[in-house]
Parts: sequence; structure tokens; C-alpha cells
Amino acid sequence: MKDPLLPHLVEMQSWQQESELVFTFQVAPPEGYGSFRAGQFNMLYLPGMGESAISISGDPADRNHLTHTVRAVGNVTRALHTLRPFARVGLRGPFGRGWPLAAAEGRELLLMAGGIGLAPLRPVLFQALAAPERYQRVTLLLGARSPEELLYSEQLLRWKSDAGLQLLATVDVASAAWRGDVGVITDLVQRAAINPQQTVAMVCGPEIMLRFCARRLREIGVASDAIHVSLERHMQCGTGFCGHCQLGPYFLCKDGPVFAYPDVEPYLMTQEF
Amino acid sequence: MLMQRWTPRDVQALINGLRTEGVRVLGPRVGDAAILYDEIETLPIGYGDEQAPGHYRLTAREDQSRFGYNLGPSTWKQFLFPPEEAIFRVQDGEFISCREQPERMAFLGVRACELAAISIQDQVFMGDFTDPGYASRRENLLLIAVNCSQASGNCFCASTGDGPAVGVGADLILTELRPEDPYYLVEAQTEAGQSMISAVGGPAAAPGEIDARDEALAATRLQMQREFATEGIAEALYAALDHPHWDAVAERCLACGNCTQVCPTCFCSSTREQVNPVSLEVTHMRRWESCFTADHSYLSGGVVRPSVKSRYRQWLTHKLAGWEQQFGVSGCTGCGRCVSWCPVGIDLTEEVAEIRRSV
Repeated sequence: MKDPLLPHLVEMQSWQQESELVFTFQVAPPEGYGSFRAGQFNMLYLPGMGESAISISGDPADRNHLTHTVRAVGNVTRALHTLRPFARVGLRGPFGRGWPLAAAEGRELLLMAGGIGLAPLRPVLFQALAAPERYQRVTLLLGARSPEELLYSEQLLRWKSDAGLQLLATVDVASAAWRGDVGVITDLVQRAAINPQQTVAMVCGPEIMLRFCARRLREIGVASDAIHVSLERHMQCGTGFCGHCQLGPYFLCKDGPVFAYPDVEPYLMTQEF
Repeated sequence: MLMQRWTPRDVQALINGLRTEGVRVLGPRVGDAAILYDEIETLPIGYGDEQAPGHYRLTAREDQSRFGYNLGPSTWKQFLFPPEEAIFRVQDGEFISCREQPERMAFLGVRACELAAISIQDQVFMGDFTDPGYASRRENLLLIAVNCSQASGNCFCASTGDGPAVGVGADLILTELRPEDPYYLVEAQTEAGQSMISAVGGPAAAPGEIDARDEALAATRLQMQREFATEGIAEALYAALDHPHWDAVAERCLACGNCTQVCPTCFCSSTREQVNPVSLEVTHMRRWESCFTADHSYLSGGVVRPSVKSRYRQWLTHKLAGWEQQFGVSGCTGCGRCVSWCPVGIDLTEEVAEIRRSV
């Protein structure tokens, strides 16, 4: 019997520092892995350290690499940060429900990402910008603490110039060289060209950001059920066995992490739930 | 369905027969001043119990009953979903499964609420994903259930609809009658149950004895002092997430996690890495966890549920509301263990009633 809790051994192929605490690495997918959907995650394992749920940040069409962008803030992720090619790690996946990309076809795609929240949204960009004719417009609104913490900058600028991505970024604290906005991500909504009635929004970032983004999007007329969010809880198993990632009636690991906002709103609005 | 009539000696013959076949027979034994589930060779005789919120006492009965008590702190989940279990180990850089070929087990003395709890955990571990350890233990399991001939002070299975009559899923169902000189009505629900009956033999029960069984169950139902309105409970609790009564519970709740440890359906677990100090081999372990710990809701950004109030609310709303949406049934089968083993005697039926009074 196949054991969904048994990791496969995979080898790190490349490694890249993104910002002080954030890094991106690729591994070769294990045999029989198949493909993943944008928004899904893998469980990464380091012997003696444990497992961590990490979203997949690469191109779903690339069957030869699994890309992860990680913020080194926990035991496992800090240990991952010390590894370099060709270190071996454990991996099982993919887990979870991804972004509803099919629902966005023929409409406007609006992505809003805060900090590392861009990682699980980048597969959407890979996929959407490979076939931009399927969408009326693809927009990415980006927020970060500082310009240094903006992820994938070169690639995003390339997508902006070559693939028609509407890109706006804002930071909490600017540097001398920063020419973009300073402030919260919700302020970018009014500065972007958006047709609210046609918009399917996908939002990922800190929980407080999700709540305010959803509120702002509704204010401008985006339908509630066209707003999708990716949530975070302590996903330890990916299978619904361990119970840690529950939010109300949901297991984030298998019912999410992506949800239509109205489905989770009452629980997100309840303190300490 | 044919019914046999067994003597206590026939029940013993069943235990002996299973043991001879290499089946590990697990059932009640007396230990730590309670009824515990463990490997057994015989059944304890003449024990009862006295239960109230925060109260459990093993008592002596002046009879020969083998099942004259209700539930102790043990649950069958400790055998199907062990408190600690090795999932895999790392040897020479490879991941080696620790899932072992299971031994054959028989649970003897499974009550109606407990049978329901097992089928609930089946959905957790053999639903969208299958836990191979749980599944293989489950496949190699015989379930010998017992209709309750009495209710404890904390039982409320009649309210949840899980008892006291044993439902489907057992191989064999016993009903103990006439405790001063007990005999047993025995029914098989499966082929495995039928072959256990064939192995032991015994005369067929007289037609009127089915009535005796039903009368015993009716009497048990009447004994239950706790009532619990389950209708519409999910909607009521979700509508009451900000109810002030959660604060009142939190003033009493110690967040000790006893309720989750004795609950037959609670399934939360954590993993940890165990290093063998000699070989330095690492084993990935899974152990029971409780939603009453801070660690349970830990995130890199902090703890989602820092307060006792939020943890009790999480436990209760998951058990009685979220569960229904996750698995199509309530997570409570009315066994009353969480009421008995709560050190401060918090009674979920009362807490729910209090919340529902003003939703």
C-alpha cells in the first residue's frame, strides 16, 4: 500500500538567494510525481529536523524541476537554507487544491501578493503568461517590506515588458533608489487598470492583508466569490490526518490552501479561530 | 438473524480459541483502579463503576457480571492509532518505511458508542488519503461488541444516536443478561462472527430471549441522565463563535488535554524526529497531540490560538460542528469520557446547552 507519509529522496539542483532570508531552490521531481497545479505545495523533509509545507513556486509546465521559494524562519526552513546543490532532501506531494485558473479564463486575472506570498502565485503567472490571449488582462499587485525583499524582480520586469503583465509594487520602507510606491498594497488597487466586474482575484500574504484586500476588492465591485485566497496554518501531514491546519470545517492541507473568500471569511473574522 | 445462548464458559472458550489461533485478544482488565483495555486472557468479574463530571470510581458489584461497568479511560483507538508510532526511518540516506505487517487483533467488549467511534476514525484514516498502518490493523481486526446492560452517570449515546444498542460494523454482538448468574445472547453480523459462533457452539437462544435483550437495552436507555440536543448543533455553534460563554468555560478549563486523550474519535497528532544515540539513525515518529496545547496551532508568525478560550472553542466546534462537514457525522458518540476525566468536571452537554440557550 502506498504511504502518503513516506517521503521520496530528491536532489537539490540549483540554489539562489532572493533576499536576506528568502531563497529559491530546485529539485528533480521524484519518479511518478506527475505534475502539480498552481497553488499546491510539497512537504519537504530533513532527517533529524522534520517536515515543512512549502508551496511550489515554479512553472507547472516544467516536468523536470520542482521549484520552492522558502523564507528561513523555522527549524526546518533555516536548515534548508544551509543546503546547496547537490544535497538530498525528502519530498512528498503535491498536496492541496490549487488556484481556480480555469475559472479565470476569458476574464481579468488580478493577483495580489504580500512578501513571500508571491511564491505560490508565481506558478499562476507562468501559466497565464504562457497563454496571455486567454485572459483579458493579467495584473500583479505586489507588496513587500522593502525593495530588497521584492522577489523575482528581473523576471517580473521581463514579464511586464514582454508578456503584457500589468505590474505595480509598493513597499513599507523605501530605499533611496526606490521609484515605486510606498504604502499598503490595497492602495495599488485604485492605481491599476482593473475592470472589477470581469476580475477574478487571487490573493496571498499575511492573513490581515487578505482581509483588507478582500474588503478593498469588494468596494470597487469585484464579486465576493471571485476573490480567492491562499491560507496558512501549520500543515504537518498534508493528508488531513494530523489536524493541525484546521480552520472551521476545513483542513487547509486538503480542502485548501486556496479558498473562495466567502467560504472562509467568517472564520478569518473570528479572533483566535 | 439466529441467536445463540452462551454461558460465561463459552465466552472464555472464545477468548481461548482466538488466542490459540494467534489472535491478540484485547479487552477489559482492572488496573490503576479503573477498567483499562489491554491484552487479556480472562474477563474481570463483578465490577461496576460510578461516574459523574470529573469523577470515576471502580466499584464492586455483588454479582458475576463480566460487563457490568461502562467506560474507563482507555479507548480502542490506542490499538488502531497508537499513541506513538514510527512512520519511517532514515538509514544510509534512504527513507525506509516502518509500517509493519500487523498482528491479528480482536477487540472484546466494544460498546455501541465505541463501535461508532471506530467507524468515525476509519473515515479519518481511510478517507481521502489512506494511512497504511491504520488500514492494515483495521483489516486484521475482529470486533466483538457488547450491548450495554446499564448506563453510567455520564453516558449520553441515546442522544447522539450511537447506542446503547450496537449498530453495524461488529463481527459479533454479545448481550449480558441476569448478572447474578450471567448468560449471553450472541449474534453474528459477519462471516467472521459466524465462524466464531461455530467454533464455540452453544444452543440457539429461545425466541423470547430477543425480548429480554431489547428490554435490557430499553432499561439502559432510561438510565441515561444526560440529554444532548444534536439537531442543528453545527449551525448553532458556528453562529456562537463570539458567545460570552466561551469565556466562562475558559475560567474553569485547565487546557490539560485530558478530554482529547480519552476521546475515542480525537485524532490530532504531531511528528517528531527521534535519534538513536548509538547508531545515530533517525526515526520519524508520530504521536498523539491535543488542540489544547500551544504547539498545536503554532505558525512561524506565532500561535493562532493563544487563549484557553480559543482552544476549548476549537475542540468543541470541531467535534460537534466542523466534523459533520468534514466526515458527514458528528465527532461525538456520547461516551461521556471527556466528562468523567475532566479534572474540573466540565460537561460538554451542559456547555452546549448553555450556549444554545442564547444563540
